[in-house]
Amino acid sequence: MATATGIHHRSYRAELRLRHTKAEWARLALVFLALLVAPYVLTVYWLGIANSILIAVIGAVGLNILVGFTGQISLGQGGFLAVGAYSSAILSTRAGLPVPLAVILAVLLTAVIGALFGLPALRLKGLYLAIATLASQEIIMFVVRRWGFLTEDKGYIEVPRLNLFGWQIERETFEVQWYWLLLPITILSVMAARNLFRTALGRSFMAVRDQDIAAEAIGVNLTRAKVTAFAVSSGFVGLSGALSAYYTETVTWERFTLDVSVLYLAMIIVGGLGSIAGSVYGAIFMMLLPALLTEIGGTVGNAVPFLSEQLPAIKNAVFGLAIIVFLLVEPRGLDRIWSRMKDYIRFWPFRY
Amino acid sequence: MNTFISLTVYGLADGAILALAALGFVLIYKATRVINFAQGEFLLVGAYTFYTAFVLMGLPWILASLVGVVVAIILGVVVERFVLRPLIGEHAISVIMVTIGLSAVLKAIVQMFFGTSVREQPKILPTNSIEVAGVTVPLNRLLVILLAGIVLLAFTIFFRRSRHGIAMRAVADDQQAALTMGISVRQVFALAWALAAVSALIAGVLLADLSAVEQGIAAFGLIVFPVVILGGLDSVPGTIVGGLTIGLLKQYVSGYADPGLAEVVPYIVLVAILMVRPYGIFGETRIERV
Repeated sequence: MATATGIHHRSYRAELRLRHTKAEWARLALVFLALLVAPYVLTVYWLGIANSILIAVIGAVGLNILVGFTGQISLGQGGFLAVGAYSSAILSTRAGLPVPLAVILAVLLTAVIGALFGLPALRLKGLYLAIATLASQEIIMFVVRRWGFLTEDKGYIEVPRLNLFGWQIERETFEVQWYWLLLPITILSVMAARNLFRTALGRSFMAVRDQDIAAEAIGVNLTRAKVTAFAVSSGFVGLSGALSAYYTETVTWERFTLDVSVLYLAMIIVGGLGSIAGSVYGAIFMMLLPALLTEIGGTVGNAVPFLSEQLPAIKNAVFGLAIIVFLLVEPRGLDRIWSRMKDYIRFWPFRY
Repeated sequence: MNTFISLTVYGLADGAILALAALGFVLIYKATRVINFAQGEFLLVGAYTFYTAFVLMGLPWILASLVGVVVAIILGVVVERFVLRPLIGEHAISVIMVTIGLSAVLKAIVQMFFGTSVREQPKILPTNSIEVAGVTVPLNRLLVILLAGIVLLAFTIFFRRSRHGIAMRAVADDQQAALTMGISVRQVFALAWALAAVSALIAGVLLADLSAVEQGIAAFGLIVFPVVILGGLDSVPGTIVGGLTIGLLKQYVSGYADPGLAEVVPYIVLVAILMVRPYGIFGETRIERV
């Protein structure tokens, strides 16, 4: 059997194409088909998980823009999610704005606050920046918990069921309707992020990550690049937070703690730093992991009662182990594993 | 005035434990340039090991401490060898994330064996109060300050006088030069992690004695960051100054203003210091050369 053993371009146009081979188009079609069929195949429980994944994907893509593409470590993800969730919930429930407008304003507000907390990045790098963003996480958490005005002293915000210009989400088909709502938003966000790195702005982010001093020497405005990276990233994160507020219909501070920041960092590490596709894989992996462990615990648990008793502890242990094993074995994550698998087939019978 | 003195004693006691926890952190950072997000979990593991030996196995406290020290050393060395060493030279984010993963695993292990409920442990330090300058102060807080002081002094002497201590300082200063002088950098890395685990053990046991043996001990690990940033990431005396400052600050704020505010004040100080003097009071300023 004759194989192509690689991708060969015959013109510059061909090289600049987004997708080079028929296989790539076929895979894209398959993914689309799977996404379209999903709500009719999955049970309500798994569709709920799919919806949480769709929301998490937006947040993970946002974090990867900052950490993976711009090289600015951030432990403040939970805080920025909180800003998005609280601001959109308050704008739509108390200020009475229509939901889409509230979401857009929340995204903008989160971007502004993200840029503000990104200011230390102008002076700090690496470890110091990580600690500075840890502080921003704790400070946002403090404001959210203690400032009674935000929740009218209730400690939480109740968000009414989503209502878009008179069209109300129904109780019976809650998950399905949300799926159709979230899917296009997530796809658009992923495409926007993907295309961001084909623009000069996106390329300047990557230059800052690779060597900030060299980037400055070739004319990248460091201040602008770093602050916009924080703003753009926080914008995505704010969108994710705002959507989660309407989807879960309550906003409480417990869902935005440091553990959440760590969870999102784990997503992009497992998926692959500096890869939009990787953020998607990572979000799917980290969100499915606890659900799958619960399933396994449920089936095996009858035979081994120890396992089902220890399930919460096991979930934590597997979470930590996943991070450690990925960092030690494949630091570039699922994305790299997937592309190695593709390369193996593409270049067969040669090794490279 | 009474409130002031008692707040000061409480603050100094908290600060002394913080300084011990931060010492382990600084030891690791100084020798290996690793930011250890699992420091709080080291405290947790230390406290629970001591609890196991002391309460569950019924050993006298001296033997229990010995068991704790042995377990801490093994933990430190194993973590260094199998988790951190493969990542030498990797990007900062990988190193940070691996210690975060480690913290999740350590916490999960403790949770598996002991559950999440609070464990009762008979107090080791006397719980009665004594009168100092007309104010009654709990004796155990004073003893904690004293004990932490002794441990910190011992570590300082170790770094100044002992062969291994000087080797560790040499490696922190310049790894290649230390290698050419015949110092085993691997051994120093292992030693740094082992010592960090031991100082975390002491901090964990003291903390458990003041409050209780519970999962919440791990949360102490995060307040270490303001301490080390204040003192300087690579400064041993900085941990003492930073620890005491943050400990006192937290107590004063919670005593005079608002206990909730006291939780966040260390981080506000942290941001302020990062903006003004990122390398801390005693930290070494690093110049980046292209």
